[in-house]
Amino acid sequence: MTDLAIDTVDLGKRYGSVWALQHCSIEVPVGRVSGLVGANGAGKTTLMRMLAGLSRPSAGTAHVAGRAPADNRDFLREIGYLAQEVPLYRRWNAEDHLALGAHMNPAWDDGLTRDRLRNLRIPLDRPMEALSGGMRAQVALALALGKRPQVLLLDEPVAALDPLARREFLSALAGAVADGGVTVLLSSHLLPDLERVCDHLILIADSQPVICAEIDDLLASHKLLTAPARDTTAIERDHQVLTCTRTPREVSLIAKLNGPVIDPAWRVDDIDLEEIVLAYLGQRSHQETGFALVEGGR
Amino acid sequence: MISLRLDTKSGIPPYLQIAQQVRQALVAGILRPGDQLPTVKEVVTQLAINPNTVFKGYRELEHEGLVEGRPGAGTFVLRRPPGPAPGAHAALVRSLARWVDKARDAGLDDRSIEAMVRETLHAGGAEAIA
Repeated sequence: MTDLAIDTVDLGKRYGSVWALQHCSIEVPVGRVSGLVGANGAGKTTLMRMLAGLSRPSAGTAHVAGRAPADNRDFLREIGYLAQEVPLYRRWNAEDHLALGAHMNPAWDDGLTRDRLRNLRIPLDRPMEALSGGMRAQVALALALGKRPQVLLLDEPVAALDPLARREFLSALAGAVADGGVTVLLSSHLLPDLERVCDHLILIADSQPVICAEIDDLLASHKLLTAPARDTTAIERDHQVLTCTRTPREVSLIAKLNGPVIDPAWRVDDIDLEEIVLAYLGQRSHQETGFALVEGGR
Repeated sequence: MISLRLDTKSGIPPYLQIAQQVRQALVAGILRPGDQLPTVKEVVTQLAINPNTVFKGYRELEHEGLVEGRPGAGTFVLRRPPGPAPGAHAALVRSLARWVDKARDAGLDDRSIEAMVRETLHAGGAEAIA
């Protein structure tokens, strides 16, 4: 069995009578970069905060880096967490933040953190308020990595950045993952930001996970099937049909295949990750308003 | 050294894209036996992609016997895959480019051209169609 960095069983969080997240059972193997996607308000931040030990579950259990999340030192030293608002002191420079990081974290890697900031040409002597948003995000990432966490939880870290700064942030993150030893859960409402750097995907819709899988497996098992108009009973029996579009002459399906498609009348085409995600969302309610899959449309 | 690309819109798993690009570079003679492939970290920071994608792509090429991972040193080319010599390969690419120009002049868009190529491959080449 694969070692799991993150593992939840029927995890849920209720605020009053409203479930912000429920029936959340997910597994992220060690070493993965898992993308957490869903509309704004779908429950991503709720999940992140419970995994970071900042919010207590109303139901179910969670394990992160082999421990139950809790607001204590033994747990917190194993994880890095970046909240949506980058947690830096405006008037402090990077040098001040490095000193604080070294003071707070027993496993602090000062050399590696300085190397990372130097490679990114980030000035160590200027206050955070004088740096660009992209540079601040890079400082926050370098600090989160400096404590050498087993699991890094990043909640919409690139949402406020321009496309170039986003790419640079994700490139720095990918480089850190290549150095080894860290599992990442990275949330965004922009799928294109995630699909390059992630090898695993969790999709939350209506406060529940509907996908939790390796991206390669998703691409291999989900196909577009097209055929001249026909009865779809047989294909729906053998495979999990997610969407079905009919015209008088043609029927096309997006399906999760459970094996080869036997009937040669069906033409089988690859689809990209965005189409897979949309197919799952389309199956559910049509209230997925805040979900921007592509920037500025196609 | 080659530079790799990623097309996230293709529906082709990224690791297969990486393996295919290296294979093409070998067939085209851009990479030769003994050459080192870009390190995983180089590819990852250049493309902002997942390291496992690169590992998996390189492992695919190892299984085919085209490259060899040397612990601590990197991944190196062992041999070319079977196929036309680099000169013949370039000539085929040129004649295909001329054909694509012709198809576009005739009013076909890229999707139709792709479909036509796929169907021709399926049909089994010139003899089957003529």
